[in-house]
Amino acid sequence: MSTASETAKLKWVGQRAPRPDGVDKVTGRARFGADISTPGMLLGRVLRSPHPHARIRSIDTSAAEALPGVKAVVTAKDFPDLPSEFVPAGEMMVNYRDISRNVMARDKVLYEGHPVAAVAATNAAVAKRALALIKVDYQVLPHVLDVVKAMQPDAPLLHDDMYTLGVTPVPKKASNVAKRVEFGCGDIAAGFKAADVIVEHTFTTQPVHQGYIEPHACLANFSEDGTADLWCSTQGHFVVRGHCARLLGMDLSSLRVTASEIGGGFGGKTVVYLEPLALALSRKSGKPVKMAMTRDEVFKATGPAPGASVYVKMGTTKDGRITAAQGELRYQAGAFQGAPVQPGAMCAFAPYDLENVQSVGYDVVVNRPKAAAYRAPGGPIAEFAVESVVDEMAKAIGMDPIEFRLENAAREGTRAVYGAKFGPIGLVEGLQAAKAHPHYTAPLGPNQGRGIAAGFWFNIGGESCANINVGEDGTVTLMVGTPDIGGSRASLCQQAAEVLGIELHKIRPLIADTSSLGYTFLTGGSRATFASGMAVIEAADDVVRQMRERAAKVWEIPIEAVTWENGMARPAGSNAGEFEPLSFADIAKLAGKSGGPLVGKAAINAQGAGPSFGVHMVDVELDRGTGKVSVIRYTVIQDAGKAVHPSYVEGQMQGGAVQGIGWALNEEYIYGEDGKLQNAGFLDYRIPVCSDVPMIDTVIIEVPNPSHRYGVRGVGETPIVPPMAAIANAVENASGVRFTALPMSPPRVLKAITGAALPDAAE
Amino acid sequence: MAKCHVTTTINGDPVEFLCTTEQTLLDVLRDELQLTGSKEGCASGDCGACSVMLDGRLVCSCLVLGVEVEGHAVETIEGMAQGDHLHPLQQKFLDHAALQCGICTPGFLVAAKALLEKNPDPSETEVRYWLAGNLCRCTGYDKIVRAVLDAAAQMRGA
Amino acid sequence: MQYTTPRTIDAAVADLAAAAGAARVLAGGTDLLVQLRAGMVTPTVVVDIKGIAETRTITREGDGFRIGAAVSGAELGEHPDVRRAWPGVVEAVELIGSTQIQGRASMGGNLCNASPAADSVPALIAAAAVCRVAGPGGVREVPVEQICSGPGKTTLAAGEFVVSLFLPPRPKNAGDAYLRFIPRTEMDIAVVGVGVSLTLDASGKCTSARVALGAVAPKALLVADAGAALVGTKVDDKALAKMAAAARAACKPIDDKRGTIEYRTQVAGVLAERAARIAVARAKES
Repeated sequence: MSTASETAKLKWVGQRAPRPDGVDKVTGRARFGADISTPGMLLGRVLRSPHPHARIRSIDTSAAEALPGVKAVVTAKDFPDLPSEFVPAGEMMVNYRDISRNVMARDKVLYEGHPVAAVAATNAAVAKRALALIKVDYQVLPHVLDVVKAMQPDAPLLHDDMYTLGVTPVPKKASNVAKRVEFGCGDIAAGFKAADVIVEHTFTTQPVHQGYIEPHACLANFSEDGTADLWCSTQGHFVVRGHCARLLGMDLSSLRVTASEIGGGFGGKTVVYLEPLALALSRKSGKPVKMAMTRDEVFKATGPAPGASVYVKMGTTKDGRITAAQGELRYQAGAFQGAPVQPGAMCAFAPYDLENVQSVGYDVVVNRPKAAAYRAPGGPIAEFAVESVVDEMAKAIGMDPIEFRLENAAREGTRAVYGAKFGPIGLVEGLQAAKAHPHYTAPLGPNQGRGIAAGFWFNIGGESCANINVGEDGTVTLMVGTPDIGGSRASLCQQAAEVLGIELHKIRPLIADTSSLGYTFLTGGSRATFASGMAVIEAADDVVRQMRERAAKVWEIPIEAVTWENGMARPAGSNAGEFEPLSFADIAKLAGKSGGPLVGKAAINAQGAGPSFGVHMVDVELDRGTGKVSVIRYTVIQDAGKAVHPSYVEGQMQGGAVQGIGWALNEEYIYGEDGKLQNAGFLDYRIPVCSDVPMIDTVIIEVPNPSHRYGVRGVGETPIVPPMAAIANAVENASGVRFTALPMSPPRVLKAITGAALPDAAE
Repeated sequence: MAKCHVTTTINGDPVEFLCTTEQTLLDVLRDELQLTGSKEGCASGDCGACSVMLDGRLVCSCLVLGVEVEGHAVETIEGMAQGDHLHPLQQKFLDHAALQCGICTPGFLVAAKALLEKNPDPSETEVRYWLAGNLCRCTGYDKIVRAVLDAAAQMRGA
Repeated sequence: MQYTTPRTIDAAVADLAAAAGAARVLAGGTDLLVQLRAGMVTPTVVVDIKGIAETRTITREGDGFRIGAAVSGAELGEHPDVRRAWPGVVEAVELIGSTQIQGRASMGGNLCNASPAADSVPALIAAAAVCRVAGPGGVREVPVEQICSGPGKTTLAAGEFVVSLFLPPRPKNAGDAYLRFIPRTEMDIAVVGVGVSLTLDASGKCTSARVALGAVAPKALLVADAGAALVGTKVDDKALAKMAAAARAACKPIDDKRGTIEYRTQVAGVLAERAARIAVARAKES
């Protein structure tokens, strides 16, 4: 439990401390996934389906295997045919049968880019030639890309054993709808009846890629005794170990996975693609195998956030009380089930205290790459729809958009539609901060408009371990299991320093490999600073207790009589005895003589993750001649609970906002009628560049999360939830046109503002 | 075909290497010379993560053939710090938290250094347009731009 | 794949001839290396012309400028005299790609890659630039608008390459401008590109005008009607509207991932007007 006075006395938590891995990253020394090599290693490459949907009649790898320099070729035959089994991966569930078939196609290919074989060869040129020698006989099948079309009864069927879960009676006919989910409470019919104004729209979004600059890469090294080392760029190396061990039929303890530095993930590196292939090739060839994706492969074959069709209907009284909210979310899962429609449906209306809600979601497969998590998976799409409708309702009743949201805001004690009751949360504080911010009342010029939107993410805790090894000189190594994707090493060291009471620079952090630390769930769900932090705090508490024990032993007094303050053991009062305080370093020096090495440990399943609410404000300028929307001012307000390292909290807020700007204005997968991706590169998959955006102003609110000693809430995901609606609301303010399809790219905007039909569906 | 023998200068040091005609300068730096500070983000000149200086010009090393650097001078991220003295840009990136995952950072530093050598007092807009060829997905660019402007001020002695 | 570094025009011509059609010319490489990597081209020989002095220099020739085909955008942008005389050409070249691309990309390469959306081409056509082409048959001069014949195709004969480009002398009160539309602020291929070059007389009346459009047809277009709409006028709103209409009428674009027919046509007119206004302002200052 943290109080204002406790947090006011903090020495390290809340500081902009130097980042432990920073120097290596500004000098090019840091090792990312593709940055290591090992003697004798082979290069692996993947053969991928050119068709969006086809049956594999046969694969003949003999010519490739015979090519000099080729040391191994694998296909689905080299992997077990796993049965269906769901396991958690971040906020999403994954199915082992689907994972194994996504990593290497079996019987069918379900998207252009789907792997059908992989080779390991002595160099890149040989590997490339080997791929060309593999003969695959495909029976091309009709494909379907659009989620609404895929739900029709006559749509091409991807899986003939897919019977929609969550509907009664169980359908007799297979379909592309994997699952239906529903959340709700109250009586929406009565609620709509009580409304003075009702707004409803159908919104359409396109798949967008996480856009990490580092393509997937790994190096696998199998020994003849069946043990293996895997180096890979990942958000969760323990999860990688679990997936790979299952896919290769190995014991977990036989596989040691080391997480490299990771060049961006945003959820997209919580799953495996190359890793099982590299391991299989290494096992078969008896040599280390390095694999890296090209950018083309990243776009064609790794999981984006799904595209969706979302219907939202909401009603309000003329006094601004929302009386009913209804949503139907149809998310594209890609080739295998598992679109994040459940979190989307859960979170869609969560910022509001509502009596009558119905939120239905459909998880639909289509012939595109299998969706993967992307920062608050499912949330941004849903919130784009909801916050657009909320804004329209406010306008319809003539109420200020912030006032309208305040009137209906979720607060401590509000029960979310998915059942959980909120503890202390910062939405009201965020809205009030937005209202008081100079941005809100700054004058707007011609063709400019302003929009605001709120958003939230529930955040997770999860299994986390930490070890603190105290050196004889009083310096410390801190081992954690959550890969550092945005600066968490710094905030974890700060939390350890705070508890231990030693100088920050005496703590060296390490992301331990899977053999060196207890199971730690991946970095995702905005959990690293929160959950790994809790583990670090507990491990540090453990060290402090041991320190006190040793001092007690030396002084021959009971441990209860020893206090720990600012890194020093002191007798608790004059009754305890007149002893000179012993410092952390003093006791460390005595460790062996006083009982043995000093090691602090924690292995927890962190509970009590606090949701983080955010409010975004954006000004846009519209070029009426070309339809181009420029973002000219942006403010992110977000509740961090406690910002352990304010710079990295700000960084999450800014980074997520700019990803949202891209999602709103320019990013989309463009497929031809032939089901093939036309923009598999950064030239035509347009993420924001430096000149596209202004400075992103940030305001950190701190409503402490009572579960964490310093009040920490995860912050990484919430920032991508509000931007699309905020920008759509700003464009409406500037143009009078409500956009219900993303992205709001110039051709769509120009068409809409010059009076042609509104583009409700994607073109 | 036999590999080509290339003699060049990298970060001020004379270097020789063998490469095929197909290998790009980026391939050579990473795979032949173990200078992995320059990164491959796209191999098509769209992301800037492979930025190096070639005869004092900012270029994408993925768009230069290894054989083209014969007799020329290449500067990479590895040559930016002087001994254990970080370049002011490197220090300001750290101070401003202008990196999160760090994969784009070498490219940005090389590009920013080239900017300040040409224009020691750039405006925010000039910084943004100069760096438009360096993609970052983590930071939203805000702290990167601040770090560059601050480094420029420091280097001007302002 | 072989790689050659001829030092003279004749040596380059010989290298290209020896490859019997399976060679590619390398200048900045910012298009060629992307195509090599993607397997779109598979030359047996790459002929690097950057060692040939005539491809790398900018010189005054009479009252015009001769610019080597392999001069990089960065180098061109640093030449104050060319920039003063032809700000439109220079800004067009400087729009090609990022700063890194500018460090290598050249007008010759941009032109001969023959993308219908190439940024330098509409400005060069508006400027009435002339290419010096060398080949087995000797050297010839070709107006720049005759070089591209379609997407990825040029009228160059086997074994020919562009050595340099000539920008003609600039009269007083002449101005040019290039604008393009892209969805972001940088890094995109032009959805529409417009180059305008015009000359005014002492009274402000337009005496000559060339308007060229990019990315709206299989190759960049010199739109005679658009230029004609300005000649003899004071380039007022009415004349500009007529020019824009002529520009739109000339568009024969396609629907692709970068733009629709409708959008390109509409924006071509918008940009033509904006570019013409800038050219007029520059003409009045010059």
